[in-house]
Amino acid sequence: MNINDVILKTVSKAVVLIILTFGIYLFFSGHNEPGGGFIGGLVIASAFVLMFLSYDSETVSGALPIDFKKLSALGVLLAMISGIAPMFFGGAFLSQSFGYFDLPIFGKTELATVTVFEGGIALTVVGVVVNIILSISEDE
Amino acid sequence: MNNLLVLPMLLPIVVGVLLIFLRTYGRVQAWISIASMLVTSGISVYLLHKVQTDGIFRLDFGGWEPPFGILFVADSFSVLLVLTSSIVTAICLSYALISTSKELQTMYFYPSVLFLIAGVNGSFLTGDLFNLFVCFEVMLLSSYVLLTLGNSKRQLREAIKYVSINIVSSWFFLVALAFLYGAVGTLNMAHVAERVAEVGQTPLLTTISIVFLIVFSLKAGLLLYFWLPGSYSSPPIVTSALFGALLTKVGIYALFRTFSLIFYHQPETTHLLIGIMAALTLIGGSLGAIAFNDIRTIAAYNVVIAVGFILVGLAISTPASIEGSIYYLIHDMVAKALLFLLVGTMITLSGTSKMAGMSGLMKNYPLLGWSFFVTMLSLAGIPPLSGFIGKVLISGAAIDSGSYVLLALALLSSIFVLYSLLRVFKNCFWGETIVSKEEQPPLRKGVLWPCLALVLLTIGIGLGTEGMAPYVTDAAETLLNPGIYIDAVLGLIQ
Repeated sequence: MNINDVILKTVSKAVVLIILTFGIYLFFSGHNEPGGGFIGGLVIASAFVLMFLSYDSETVSGALPIDFKKLSALGVLLAMISGIAPMFFGGAFLSQSFGYFDLPIFGKTELATVTVFEGGIALTVVGVVVNIILSISEDE
Repeated sequence: MNNLLVLPMLLPIVVGVLLIFLRTYGRVQAWISIASMLVTSGISVYLLHKVQTDGIFRLDFGGWEPPFGILFVADSFSVLLVLTSSIVTAICLSYALISTSKELQTMYFYPSVLFLIAGVNGSFLTGDLFNLFVCFEVMLLSSYVLLTLGNSKRQLREAIKYVSINIVSSWFFLVALAFLYGAVGTLNMAHVAERVAEVGQTPLLTTISIVFLIVFSLKAGLLLYFWLPGSYSSPPIVTSALFGALLTKVGIYALFRTFSLIFYHQPETTHLLIGIMAALTLIGGSLGAIAFNDIRTIAAYNVVIAVGFILVGLAISTPASIEGSIYYLIHDMVAKALLFLLVGTMITLSGTSKMAGMSGLMKNYPLLGWSFFVTMLSLAGIPPLSGFIGKVLISGAAIDSGSYVLLALALLSSIFVLYSLLRVFKNCFWGETIVSKEEQPPLRKGVLWPCLALVLLTIGIGLGTEGMAPYVTDAAETLLNPGIYIDAVLGLIQ
């Protein structure tokens, strides 16, 4: 396809940034409000998919040397580790804990181990979605 | 609370994920996955002993107590099945290590098997109906991958049928869960059981139970087995051995769990229906087993017959029949894995799966032949092999409860099993040796070791029935007295 898609390319450069920001916002807001790892991951994945759509896959793969299969495996591993860790402190599998810390810039911040679990989910979702889209598009 | 309870599901998942990073090292992957399955078996043995000494125990994930959180529950029935499936998987994986092509090994074969076993073990252990659905999905998704790995045209054709039938049945499962949640307001199995017992099993709840019956029958191959022979006979040997040994058993487990713990108040409807379905399964499976000339299809129909036979025990539902079913369930996992591995080896050797293309294998491969002979006797229920005790107990219970039709069909089906396999034995192993010893492809070194391990296991289960008896009796007692299970799960709260 040799359509002159300069508009798509220019717009997506800006839009990808907005989508990524929104995805990360959704990811963190999921702790107390609608959002979370799954939804954040889906939105972040849509940014990647937009990049693959507007540019060809070689360009994007060159700029983003990520193996999405391994990314999803890494995500599952991260989520599992956050579940296994409490087992060494006498808690049940998947127990979560949280605490309040004074951080330099943010001030008093709530840090929860569930974020690690959610981060794992987000990585898995990104990996799986992009992988599915790439596998379908690779068909000759 | 005991975190060891989650390991039969957690360990395969973690190891499977790690193996994704070791994709190119086929043999390393095999050794690691075999080791992890052996560790899982060891943990299951420990859990089994703990259940005997401390009674049923549970693990509340994240400390959320039932009925609010998700939990795993260990009772003798589920842990016995976890133990058997872990051992059988370890042996099947060692067969894969020896025989499978490198191409298959590096295409995420081992991670998929580990995810499959994680789903299987999770289904056995979970104490929550929605979690059961999730574990079913984990198992099914891995089985889709395993079914299509290998990329032959026939596999893809069968995979389309298999995937679509399973998506439909998963959807039915969700609908049934929604109905049940709407009716009793909980999905924790013990809590559901308690509430159903309180309000009585109304016609509405019986209808919901029949939707569950349809779902689990599709997974177990009870009457709704039309998808089974095709999809179990198309993938590579190890995959079909794993499918034949494990997948239908999860459906059978779910049937036993739901219809002994939750929906046992209207046996004249539900258990009668299960009895009729089991009878028709026995008839259909027996006809299929003698009708075909393709030895893999014959093996697949033998899976169907076993499903019908095991559920005869549930339909009768006396202590003896449930015990018989549990024995037979354990026996069948071992014997079906063995049957599929042997049949697969025969096909590799002769290059065809048609009976007409094989003859006189006994002369060149006596060990293979006699292993097949032992398998045949074990499946037919000849003492002292493992199939005997289950058949005796179920038949005895059928006589005691006056279910003569089921008795007749169950015993006739054993004869059909014997006949169908004897036909294979006679045509493929006896007769004139078509190809001379030099021209026969050599049996790869060590291929028969996993089969021999399974042969020893089926003899061992048969001879060691005495040793297994306390565990099986305890499992049957828990199944028939739902109060024990409910107390163990909800006891501390109320």
